[in-house]
Amino acid sequence: MFDRRDLLKGAGFAALAATLNSTRASALDTVTLPFANGERPLVKYPQKRAMIGLTSRPPQLETPFAIFNDGPITPNNAFFVRYHLSDLPYNLDPDKFTLEVKGKVDKPLKLSLKDIRKMKATEIVAVAQCSGNSRGFFEPRVAGGQLANGAMGCARWRGVPLKAVLEMAGVQSGAKQVTFGGMDGPVSDKTPDFVKALDIAHASDGEVMLAYGMNGEDLPFLNGFPLRLIVPGYYGTYWVKHLNEITVIDNVYDGFWMKSAYRIPDTPDNSIEPGTAPKATIPINRFTIRSFITSVPDGAKLKAGRTTLRGIAFDGGKGIKEVQVSTDGGKSWVSAKLGKDLGKYAFREWKLPVKLAAGNVELKVRATGNGGETQPDTPRWNPAGYLRNVVETVRVSVA
Amino acid sequence: MQRTVLLAITLALATGLAAATAAPVNYQLPDEVAAFKPGPNLEVVKGNCSACHSADYIKTQPPMKDRKGFWQAEVTKMIKVYGAPIDDADVGKIVDYLAATY
Repeated sequence: MFDRRDLLKGAGFAALAATLNSTRASALDTVTLPFANGERPLVKYPQKRAMIGLTSRPPQLETPFAIFNDGPITPNNAFFVRYHLSDLPYNLDPDKFTLEVKGKVDKPLKLSLKDIRKMKATEIVAVAQCSGNSRGFFEPRVAGGQLANGAMGCARWRGVPLKAVLEMAGVQSGAKQVTFGGMDGPVSDKTPDFVKALDIAHASDGEVMLAYGMNGEDLPFLNGFPLRLIVPGYYGTYWVKHLNEITVIDNVYDGFWMKSAYRIPDTPDNSIEPGTAPKATIPINRFTIRSFITSVPDGAKLKAGRTTLRGIAFDGGKGIKEVQVSTDGGKSWVSAKLGKDLGKYAFREWKLPVKLAAGNVELKVRATGNGGETQPDTPRWNPAGYLRNVVETVRVSVA
Repeated sequence: MQRTVLLAITLALATGLAAATAAPVNYQLPDEVAAFKPGPNLEVVKGNCSACHSADYIKTQPPMKDRKGFWQAEVTKMIKVYGAPIDDADVGKIVDYLAATY
């Protein structure tokens, strides 16, 4: 029942893949995330710099938050990693990789990576964010991966529109959804395999992409090499990694990872009274709008006087209209200057020169999207720990 | 001169070889370092939980007020939702360990 092949496979190709397996286990140090039981090891994985280790099997890595101050593009070697199931395709051969397109199509396809790379490529800068990003801050606490704010990142993705592949296959009338499966799977055949679904209109919108490139390089292995789904503006659960199976169906997919997991309350703001259970739920979908101060960590000691605050903002695809900053705990707000617009799905940088007086200061940041939505002053709650987007506060002491 | 030619041939062969065989990824994870804390029924816990995930999945869960209720729900989820083949006789032992230890 348990297939642990991949866990046991050894160093057969060690010499040929030195860059991928040169690392021994090494807990470099620890960090303490700002919630109870938040101590984590800093770990070093092949193709990654030191990352916050959440779990080792399957691997889950969080981006150290300071990296978000380096720019609006998150480097590949700092990009967060999230898996559900432990049987990863550690030995996949890109030359033999095949993407299968099947189901309610006129012409089922089997495409190699070369076939896909020969197609007309497109690029998009888009944020990937784990549904459970920031779950550790939920109060009352909820089960699941206890993440701070580092399960997000923004990259320039390169690949082909899913629409083009669906057109090659010829979607038949009556198609309702498209399902996506990757090469990673469960170790037990009793565990539901990770399969996600999008409505046919969404899948054919020209923006949803099959990506092989990330920031000018191949995808890192742990970010879905050699091909992953990009669903701009949508939570990472839909961004299926090691994507090798696309199926057009004429019903609404009812597998576990759509029907039971990754659900949010069906209420106007998708939240409910903390500690209660929702009456009805819907599949998680677009990001809530968020903004962060990246230049100053919580608890920092700053000099009184002039300084420039910096940060990022993003939303589910309308784009950022305005970012406001408060240096007096939310009593007054000043608009920040927005940085270069890399597209409506990207991190939008902002900066604001401020003058800080001595004392304990609460810095706050609040974004407003082009659709008018903004961030709440008090956290919304749901039992799975999704959608967090409360106005963030950074407490500093100024002297 | 001869050495240069030989080097060129060697390089050409090496390049050809690389193109033909550099393909398999062979990604190797670092060794697992997280361990289960000592506690009652530890062997039962290791035997059941470790098949699908590392110990840090448990260790990083938040401190809850109702620890027994929380861990009972988690073990039930592993069985009912994820199909963990845990014997009925072991369920109570695992919950006791988790509630006493985490």
